[in-house]
Amino acid sequence: MSKIFAFHGGIHPPENKKQSTRAPIRLAPIPEQLTIPIQQHIGAPAKPCVQVGEQVLKGQMIAEAQGRISVSIHASSSGTITDISPQAVPHPSGLEAPCIRIKTDGQDQWAPHQGLADYRSLPQLELIDYIRNHGIAGMGGAGFPTDVKLHLGDDHIVNTLIINAAECEPYITADDMLIRERAEQIVGGIEIINYLLNPTHILIGIEDNKAHAIRVLEDALRHTELNIDIVVVPTKYPSGGEKQLVRLLTGVEVPSGRIPADVGIVCQNIGTVAAINQAVFHGTPLISRIVTVTGGAAGKPQNLEALIGTPISDLLETAQVNHKTLSRLVMGGPMMGFTIEDDAIPIIKTSNCIIAAVKEEMPPAPPSQACIRCGLCEQACPAELLPQQLFWFSKSREFEKAKHHNLFDCIECGACSYVCPSNIPLVQYYRFAKNEIRAEEAEQRKSDQARQRFEARQARLEQAVLDKEIRRKERAEQAAKTQAAKKASNETAAKTPEDNIKQLKTAAAITRTKLKKALSALEVAKADSSDNIAQLDLQYKQADHAAEEAQKALELAQSGPQVPTTSAAPDIKQLKTQAAVARTKLKKAQQALKIAEDKGHDGADTLRATVVQLEEKSAAAQLAFASAETSTASSGSPLLALKESTDKALGTLKKAEAALETAIANNSPAAEKMKAGVVKLKAKYTEALAAQKSAELNTQTTSAPKATEVPAQNVEQQPTARTPADLKALKQNVSIMRTKLKKAETLFASAEADSEQAGELQQEIVRLTQLHKDAKAQLDAEEAGKIKAAAAQGIDLKKLKIDAALARAAVTKLERSIKKAQEAESAELNALQNELLAAQQQATQFNNTLSQFE
Amino acid sequence: MALIRITSPHVHKPTSTAGIMRLVILATLPGILAMTFFFGWGTLINIIWASALAVTFEALCIKARHRPLSFYLKDNSAILTAVLIALALPPFAPWWLTAIAVFVAIVIAKQLYGGIGQNPFNPAMVAYALVLISFPVEMTRWTAPFMLYGEGWNILAFTDTLSLIFGSWAEHADAFTSATPLDEMRHRGGLTTEEAWRASDVLANVGAWHAVSAAYAMGGVLLLYKKIFSWHTPAAFLLSLGGIATFFYIISPDTYADPFFHLTVGGTMLGAFFIATDPVSSATSNKGKIWFGIGIGCLIYIIRTWGNYPDAVAFSILLMNLAAPFIDQYTQPRAYGHKAPKRGMKGKA
Repeated sequence: MSKIFAFHGGIHPPENKKQSTRAPIRLAPIPEQLTIPIQQHIGAPAKPCVQVGEQVLKGQMIAEAQGRISVSIHASSSGTITDISPQAVPHPSGLEAPCIRIKTDGQDQWAPHQGLADYRSLPQLELIDYIRNHGIAGMGGAGFPTDVKLHLGDDHIVNTLIINAAECEPYITADDMLIRERAEQIVGGIEIINYLLNPTHILIGIEDNKAHAIRVLEDALRHTELNIDIVVVPTKYPSGGEKQLVRLLTGVEVPSGRIPADVGIVCQNIGTVAAINQAVFHGTPLISRIVTVTGGAAGKPQNLEALIGTPISDLLETAQVNHKTLSRLVMGGPMMGFTIEDDAIPIIKTSNCIIAAVKEEMPPAPPSQACIRCGLCEQACPAELLPQQLFWFSKSREFEKAKHHNLFDCIECGACSYVCPSNIPLVQYYRFAKNEIRAEEAEQRKSDQARQRFEARQARLEQAVLDKEIRRKERAEQAAKTQAAKKASNETAAKTPEDNIKQLKTAAAITRTKLKKALSALEVAKADSSDNIAQLDLQYKQADHAAEEAQKALELAQSGPQVPTTSAAPDIKQLKTQAAVARTKLKKAQQALKIAEDKGHDGADTLRATVVQLEEKSAAAQLAFASAETSTASSGSPLLALKESTDKALGTLKKAEAALETAIANNSPAAEKMKAGVVKLKAKYTEALAAQKSAELNTQTTSAPKATEVPAQNVEQQPTARTPADLKALKQNVSIMRTKLKKAETLFASAEADSEQAGELQQEIVRLTQLHKDAKAQLDAEEAGKIKAAAAQGIDLKKLKIDAALARAAVTKLERSIKKAQEAESAELNALQNELLAAQQQATQFNNTLSQFE
Repeated sequence: MALIRITSPHVHKPTSTAGIMRLVILATLPGILAMTFFFGWGTLINIIWASALAVTFEALCIKARHRPLSFYLKDNSAILTAVLIALALPPFAPWWLTAIAVFVAIVIAKQLYGGIGQNPFNPAMVAYALVLISFPVEMTRWTAPFMLYGEGWNILAFTDTLSLIFGSWAEHADAFTSATPLDEMRHRGGLTTEEAWRASDVLANVGAWHAVSAAYAMGGVLLLYKKIFSWHTPAAFLLSLGGIATFFYIISPDTYADPFFHLTVGGTMLGAFFIATDPVSSATSNKGKIWFGIGIGCLIYIIRTWGNYPDAVAFSILLMNLAAPFIDQYTQPRAYGHKAPKRGMKGKA
């Protein structure tokens, strides 16, 4: 007896097994019509290999396995294929699936079949194939193709073989009865599996509620040489669950998401073991199985050996099910079975039980109450989950949390629902959550694939664009080279920029088109809310940028050649024209004035005023032109130009003065206006003069160092050398004027009585005042020019003057101190003399500097 | 034959929430008897009064929430809450005190949170804590066990008790009130525990409290046997309280009360078997329940010994109710086929 390792949780529902074990296994009658689904197992459906109307014999293959995980299907009895079409099949969904339908002939005539005389002489692979071709699939629940499980040797080391005879679900007794009546088949089957897998242990797990079966099995095992352990486990649902049985018998847990073979264990249902035995020793494929037909509505609950494809209705009839009391028809056990609505549904390889329940034993579920978190579900869960937490998460659709709480380790055994005091359909919630998550994941996979496809396409397109670009660049380079060659040969420099501009224009146009295209693509994408908006947006921005660049380049190229021509030239030209225009206007006005004066017109006065104004304008224009010319013409002689303009201004001024005098003499009313004009002209002249002087000074200072080198320049410097004399002359002029003015004033004062003389004198005074003013203005301008010139050299003339005066004063003071010191024969004499020397030096320096400007 | 499609499982254990509640109420019977025996009719009157109020409040709330009335009233949960409140309150608590407590428990702590199964805190303890803080005078005036008066067993007559509870409290109350042993131990002044035991009448009659505790424990063991709750919470609760009390008792027997005292007076047993095991507000997994129990045991000792209140079952349980969701996150059991349990909130969306 092996040790038992308990698993967590589990429940003890009423067993209801005794009812169906009273009678021995009976053969169910051959039905008139067999409906055999082509998929009764997990994996790929078998492929029908018979035609409608074909005669088939019992045990003849009617659909053959295709793919790695698949098994063949055989005719359960002899007859005619009537139909290969979708029919209702035993499945929780109630959906239809393709079935092969056979109208039986009642002969039950076997196809020729023969077992293997000595299976050990057959290579293992051939034996496995033999089992596959005999349609053996797991008969316990899921219907996993048995040959696959027997073919694990390559990638798994199998050390333990577990034969599952636990049959933990209530009501079901098919395995129990099989053991009781056909134990020798089981032993034979185990020997075959042992030959294929060669495990170190063989364990038969059986619940302790099958005392009879255990006894029979123990007897049967005496006849085998194999060391097979019967492990009697306590009756507890779901000890027959593969993972739970593995744990019970070995203490090992099958890792989450793995299969028992990963931990060196293979489980086989005991019914499957018997089927292997029948196939190998007798050559009979899996065409029938033992089905428990029981339940409150069954008059004679019993186990029937039914042909695969027998409609359930036939079995219900055999078991004398009372259709009046029947309230629920369940295929499988009460914990994990599913209801069937149609009793035409056939028996398949995994159908172990039909429960025809009355209302009392399977009442409709009462309304579920609130979960009080009592934790009974947790105590019952064989997978050690937290069912109530899973319930909350499933209910609130928090699927991530549900997954985190190991939802997918739930085996849907129903133990939690069974114990729930609030009647909450927990398993249904878990199924819902699982399906939602699976659907979500499938959706995710689909969208992932779509995204990958899209990205690949996008990359392809981008590569194409890049390639195109590279080719275009190559072409452009080629073109540029030929262009350069052409240019070199032609040497037409003027043509190049034009060409360049053309090219740039084309480029700009191209980029603009591209930009437009990108924009429209982007808009379309936005409208479709397509995935690649971001990408298109980027493309659009790039195009936009390129377009801007091109445009800029074009503009630059276009403006480039024109810049030099527009720089300084038009300015002077314009000024020249303006000056000329002003002169012409002035001449015309003067002519008109002359005519008017000659003819003694009334409008002469106004004309005269206009002439003065025009003169003003003309002078201004001339001045502006002259100054512009001097400033621009770097190679020309600015001084000459300035002098010219000054002379001109002087001329205009003199003319205006003469006109004014005549106007005053004629007592013209325009005299006042003319006077103002003359004053303005004078100011202009002064300005011009000052400009000339400063220019002269500039030339002098700049050319001074060069003077010794170039004697010719000395000639030019002559006017500047004249400056100090000029200043003096001006000063003198001013003082002369002042004296004259004073004299005239005195004369005027004394000659008041004589009116004639007085008038003349007054005129003289006005003239002299004017002259004095002029002289003073000239002097001031001259001085201002000096100061400016000095400032240009970084010397403040005023300050210089003050410094010079201070230096002179210091010298005088020191001279006096020395005198005193000499008188007193002081010791300080030497020091004072030194100081005096220094002061004298300084004073001389200042005077020298000052003399430069005066 | 009209068959319907129903998914598995097709059978159901004949248990119901109402049945569980009924069984828990029955399990309080030994405690009720002991309380009545030692403290008079007050406990019984309070239970009836509180139950009537609880059912009324529950019905009103269910009506206001437009839920099926009888379906929810039949679950017995309101009556269980009322019984637990009545057992926790002093036997001669005035009628209005009980009414306030029941109102708080049923309306505020339970129905406002969404009714049965939705309350994060144990309703009875919320109510108890609220009236303890709001009406300290009424709540700390317990009666001395009736074995003190006269010769032998002589409890206050039923009618007198009725008038005491529903009549004017202040007139009679003082004649019957007395401190609880926990009060005595707490306010013993400078006395050592040994001196306190000798000096205090209340402590001399501590046997009544032991008996009541034993009665509660009996009921608790019955529920354990019936698998209404698992052993984890009460065991962790009592062992941690006993353990910490033993530790300090060994360090200084003069300063700290002995562990037996801590386990058998006050609300320890009622809390361990009837309050902390309330599944709704406690931790989920077995491991979680152990931590939950340990937390309560430690908090009780800390508050009793160094806190401001003589007893601390209500506060400790409420505090641990608060911690239960957190405990749940870190005490997921290791599922079948997994090497290690999952922890934390990785599943947070």
